[in-house]
Amino acid sequence: MISKILIANRGEIAARIIRTCKEMGIQTVAIYSEADKDAPYVEMADEAYLIGPPQVKESYLNVDKIIETATESNVDAIHPGYGFFSENGKFAKECEKIGIRFIGPTSHVMDMMGNKIEARKAMKAANVPIVPGTEDAIPTAEEAVEIAKHIGYPIMLKASAGGGGIGMQVVNNDEELQKAFQSNAKRAEMFFGDGSMFLEKKIEQARHVEIQLLADRHGNVVHLFERECSIQRRNQKVLEEAPSPYISDETRLKMGQAAVDAAKSIGYTNAGTVEFLVDREENFYFLEMNTRIQVEHPVTEEITGIDIVKEQINIANGKELAWKQEDLSYNGHAIEARIYAEDPKTFFPSPGHIKEFDVPKGRNIRLETAVKSNYQVTPFYDPMISKLIVTGQTREDAISLLKETLEHTSIKGIKTNIPLLLEIINHEQFLSGNTTTTFIEEHFSPIKKK
Amino acid sequence: MNEVKAMMAGNVWKIVVAVGDTVEEDQDIVILESMKMEIPIAAEESGVVKEIKVQEGDFVNEGDIIAIIES
Repeated sequence: MISKILIANRGEIAARIIRTCKEMGIQTVAIYSEADKDAPYVEMADEAYLIGPPQVKESYLNVDKIIETATESNVDAIHPGYGFFSENGKFAKECEKIGIRFIGPTSHVMDMMGNKIEARKAMKAANVPIVPGTEDAIPTAEEAVEIAKHIGYPIMLKASAGGGGIGMQVVNNDEELQKAFQSNAKRAEMFFGDGSMFLEKKIEQARHVEIQLLADRHGNVVHLFERECSIQRRNQKVLEEAPSPYISDETRLKMGQAAVDAAKSIGYTNAGTVEFLVDREENFYFLEMNTRIQVEHPVTEEITGIDIVKEQINIANGKELAWKQEDLSYNGHAIEARIYAEDPKTFFPSPGHIKEFDVPKGRNIRLETAVKSNYQVTPFYDPMISKLIVTGQTREDAISLLKETLEHTSIKGIKTNIPLLLEIINHEQFLSGNTTTTFIEEHFSPIKKK
Repeated sequence: MNEVKAMMAGNVWKIVVAVGDTVEEDQDIVILESMKMEIPIAAEESGVVKEIKVQEGDFVNEGDIIAIIES
């Protein structure tokens, strides 16, 4: 049984994981860089170790240092959170080598899903619908143009090893494709050490809907329904909700089943998410699988009453899932708003000193935060400083509580996206639930600096 | 003479001009990396790059001088 966990992460997710560990009576070890020495999560952990300077390569992505800290602090498991090493098969292998459990799927499955071309092949084999496109990496721009004739524009050019929108571009004709191919392959090579590119048909007016999965080590897989995550900018989510206000019960059932089938066919274990694009006719296509806990997992927890981090630890302990699919249901509606340290108009980051951080408390208000009052937000990491999750009996209740909470939130000293969040949730299209992934781009494009 | 200043704290990711280059108003001088975003810092006036005060990889604070442009 796991009795002590090192959290190989920082910020709000480290705090979130520590909280569940405390509830389960598990000891926690935090790691932190020089930039995070005053972070709230560091204080929460039973033990905390400085692992290096602010730059992620020398701290949160320093394999040797993290493994050394895990060994010296005598933990029996590592929780990777999201980002950093959470989808890194090599890191998981390093943990296994020294007898420390990695809380996540096997390194083999992680590597397969981390490679987008391999993932597409695996999904096709499992009869999960995939976006029409190429099966293999395309060696040259000329060949890409040739293949594009069969797919039809607009086309998404993607890096096989890509993530966070890097190496990805929409192209509308041969000329654009030719140009984008070289530059994106180069970028992908630089960022991920792998410049393989492939093509996918661009699904127009798409929504992003994803299915949360739990899979134990005994072959049982259940889904915890869907999350609607169409409100994005630069391929980063801003608002997420569960359930989706758009898809029908029939589509919900089909998507859940497809995700479960996908997980079973690749031998998936632990918590994971299958992301789909859904078109106007509610056809859905596999986008990618995230082999880790997601930023937006709390909305699922709020409507199902299931603590996903606790289940991750239970699964890592070899326990069987406590439910069959038919035992699971959801109640109410939850929305998560990601609070970013950024200018709401230009979308530029806004690091700096937070003088005051005050978010209203309430029964249906959940705050996951990386920061506090009198705290320095450094430029070294992601601009997301907090997540605000609200729950209501209906979507209308949740929206009105979110509005109320955001209006009474006071963050002084840095700029945040709260004005943008308020504009979005007051927008007629959001209120009707009729939003696609281009919603922010269409209505709230950043104002160009003069 | 015109100073190009960092509008926010971050790391200098790329320097895209060289000393002696003629630059236009709004032309990018360096690209900063802050909070995982690439932030181009541009010249406010056209002129010739007289001095670049940073190197790739350097950390700069908001308000730090990055380059000097002679108009």
